[in-house]
Amino acid sequence: MPLFHIMKQDMVLAWRQGNVTLVLAFLMIAVTLVPFGIGPELDLLRRLAPGLMWVILVLAVLLSLDRLFQSDVEDGHFDQLLLGTISLEGLAMAKILAHFCAIILPLALALPIAGALLNIAPKALPILVMAVLAAGPALCALGAVGAALSVSVQRAGLLTALVVMPLFVPVLIFGASVTHQALADMTMNWLALLVLSLISVAAFLLSPLAIAAALRVLLR
Amino acid sequence: MGRLSNDKIAPRGLTCQGLSVWRNGACVVRDLGFALDRGQALMIAGPNGSGKTSILRALAGFLDFDGEIEFDAMPLEASQIHYVGHQSGLKQHLSVAENLQFMAAILRAATPARVAEAMAVWGVTRLAGSPLGELSAGQLRRTAMARLAVVSRPIWLLDEPLTALDQAGRDILAEQVASHCAAGGLVVASSHEPLPFVDQRLDLGAQ
Repeated sequence: MPLFHIMKQDMVLAWRQGNVTLVLAFLMIAVTLVPFGIGPELDLLRRLAPGLMWVILVLAVLLSLDRLFQSDVEDGHFDQLLLGTISLEGLAMAKILAHFCAIILPLALALPIAGALLNIAPKALPILVMAVLAAGPALCALGAVGAALSVSVQRAGLLTALVVMPLFVPVLIFGASVTHQALADMTMNWLALLVLSLISVAAFLLSPLAIAAALRVLLR
Repeated sequence: MGRLSNDKIAPRGLTCQGLSVWRNGACVVRDLGFALDRGQALMIAGPNGSGKTSILRALAGFLDFDGEIEFDAMPLEASQIHYVGHQSGLKQHLSVAENLQFMAAILRAATPARVAEAMAVWGVTRLAGSPLGELSAGQLRRTAMARLAVVSRPIWLLDEPLTALDQAGRDILAEQVASHCAAGGLVVASSHEPLPFVDQRLDLGAQ
């Protein structure tokens, strides 16, 4: 039950602190800027779109993860959680799940609009959304590891990105292969989607151990 | 010091022997000991930087330490402790009531009735729906203290509890500590000012 309460509180906070709006605005602005950067070549845009989409998504997740644990440590909330009945592993799991619900779900919902701006065929959009949903838990879990590792560093935004980006590589590879096939012939690359889901499950189950260990060492 | 450690029967209360605490690799407290019976309040006094907060944080289990800390002859557990430190531990974007309800859920026990009761005791009922961002330092402090009444735990660790509290707030604190101690609870508090509820005093400057 405490797990559920932590999830709920994190989701309420993500909304009230404006994190959800911020991330959605970031997605939209980034997607709007891309065509200006590329120039008036629709064909080129269509080919670049899936890759750009993933990079923008990853950046959006990083942007939102930055202070996942740090804000709790700074206002003393973390101390109270330590005195509570939940383990650090459980806490990490609750935070990852809350982040998925509060950040990835709205991003996935906004994806069709962003996709349209990048000239992605409407038929490919549901496949793209599914790929993002499958990759979401992995992005949140790995990002949370980065946030935990940089918890005692002030202004850790860039450092977190540096730690986390390499971890995102497998997710990006399989995510991109799903979207490439979707754009090529409008079919689903089920194998890649399965691998993506498995990475997500593994990351979700294993990262809480790493996060708890990092927090134990760094916050002493 | 070690008053109870010679007893053959299991001591009731909080005992602390040979406590050394490190903060960022530097030893801030060396070889400290005290024994506190149930129903007693200990005041830790000392100049800035003498390690008052570190002792409280070590007792709470937030810092690494050497030595033995026991409660009723058993290792101290997180679920026996309330800690009110310099930071409120509350969330700016939640209301007073939401914060306390969350605390009740996390620290377990308590029904919504205890939250309402705690807010009434600490005089923050009127602010129940206000986001913490709108509160004054004293009101924030009262809300942080209110969690002592939301969930009952035997050991209260209070870091500078008088800070930002007005006279009425200090009276409430004294009253709450008195009834907590009367029920067999313990209080360890650090302070620069005289506290209205001291049974024992530990002077770190004298160490």
